[in-house]
Amino acid sequence: MSIHNNCGLHRVNIENLAVYDGNKPIISNVNMEFHCGELTALIGKNGSGKTTLIKALLNERPHTGEIKYFDNNSNQITTHKTGYVPQQLAFDKSTPVSVLDFMASTVTKRPVWLGVKKELRNSIQKRLDDFNAGHLIDRTLGELSGGELQRVLLATAIEPMPDLLILDEPVSGVDINGLDMFYKKVTELRSKYHMAILLVSHDIGLIKHYADRIVLMDRTVIAQGTPDEVFQTEAFKNIFGYTLKEAENNADNI
Amino acid sequence: MQTIYNIMEAIIPFSFIKFDFMKNALLATILLTPLFGMLGTMAVNNKMAFFSDALGHSALTGIAIGVILGTKNVIISMIIFGIIFGLAIRKVKSNTKTSSDTVISVFSSTSIALGIVILSKSGGFAKYSSYLIGDILTISPADIKIMAIFLIVVYVIWYFIYNQLLLLSINPSLSASRGIRNALIENIFVVTIAIAVMISIKQIGILTINSLLILPAAATRNICSNSKQYHIISTVIALVCGIAGLVISFYAGTAAGATMVLIAAAVYFITYLKSNK
Repeated sequence: MSIHNNCGLHRVNIENLAVYDGNKPIISNVNMEFHCGELTALIGKNGSGKTTLIKALLNERPHTGEIKYFDNNSNQITTHKTGYVPQQLAFDKSTPVSVLDFMASTVTKRPVWLGVKKELRNSIQKRLDDFNAGHLIDRTLGELSGGELQRVLLATAIEPMPDLLILDEPVSGVDINGLDMFYKKVTELRSKYHMAILLVSHDIGLIKHYADRIVLMDRTVIAQGTPDEVFQTEAFKNIFGYTLKEAENNADNI
Repeated sequence: MQTIYNIMEAIIPFSFIKFDFMKNALLATILLTPLFGMLGTMAVNNKMAFFSDALGHSALTGIAIGVILGTKNVIISMIIFGIIFGLAIRKVKSNTKTSSDTVISVFSSTSIALGIVILSKSGGFAKYSSYLIGDILTISPADIKIMAIFLIVVYVIWYFIYNQLLLLSINPSLSASRGIRNALIENIFVVTIAIAVMISIKQIGILTINSLLILPAAATRNICSNSKQYHIISTVIALVCGIAGLVISFYAGTAAGATMVLIAAAVYFITYLKSNK
């Protein structure tokens, strides 16, 4: 586990990134940077290319341009760890995979059908306990509620401790208390381990409350900066303007 | 081989074991069915039932190619064609917006038609009809050796790719974040299924092979809650149904593959009823 008290990863630079579908660009000319110890929120309407950007960052989609990771002395680092919390799991609910199987399969090559060794089970149990999810260890993934699943996914994403944590906020299935608990945990991770966090979000209220920086996308980056800076831009007002007031009210209620 | 035969005669107290073809068939069943129970778990997880069905049907073209090339044992040409066929479907599926069931159907129909056209040339298709329902009489000691070799390969592959395949089946972006090369793992899995299906076609039959892959896993899903149970129970169901089907087919004079499948189907419905209680 690498703890970034001395800040192993300092920043991530995305330079001129583009992803194509055949000859058609889905996103292009994307430039942004985010830093360790900061929660950067990625916002934009549906189809603005947020998910595509995440897939490029995870190396799941081929892309042009550069994604560079730098350490504290501005040296480029080639081995970085990325944690990812997906928005949802598109698997058959009846799949017999327990939380333990799932989490074990992310950290060991020993096939989980041989069972999970006791030491590993204990360490997974401990991690789940930290996320108020200890009682879920033997449930199947399909039995979990949206909020429970989110906590399990977060507990999974932090082992091994990532340099960059990418979170896809759940659109549905998690109530506001669940979301708030999730964000509190994320904020705690950010300050405790000083990791860089990139969050895809749909909830402007929560972002206002928790994000250090915001990147607004519409097939490319159209605004970035602190929440207050971005909320003042024309681009933001055009896309989200009508919800800002509402968002502020929501944020004040938290 | 003779030693194995002697051991079998010594430990199995039933009359069917006196026949060499039953010894070969039983050996093949013991080798193959657990493999099907095991691979089936992931085929079902990955919603690949239709894919593996198409793969089974593509064996017709594999046989046809073997016949044209004059190979002595068509198993080899079936395996090679099956691997190419499986990889081609995967490639086209990932490069097109057409839904995967359409893509699979296109490939499946083409390979069935091509196989039938080649094999029926000059009216000789009847010769090959035993491949459709399988024929245990055709299993030779040489086949069993080929099975044993491929089985070891498949077990080794399975040991190393299982966890990665599991994560991939749960969420591809998540597996990518773990440094898993999704396309490579999927291709290896497709190749593994192709090998397993093709080495078993002679015994089980083109029409019934897919059921043997899907039914044990589908039955097990009804009654279990973790990967270990899923694997073990599916393997045991496949093995028990395989052996029971073979023995019953001997006494009842029915096709072995279909008899095994019927028993597996019965097990599926029993577990289904149990899970709905």
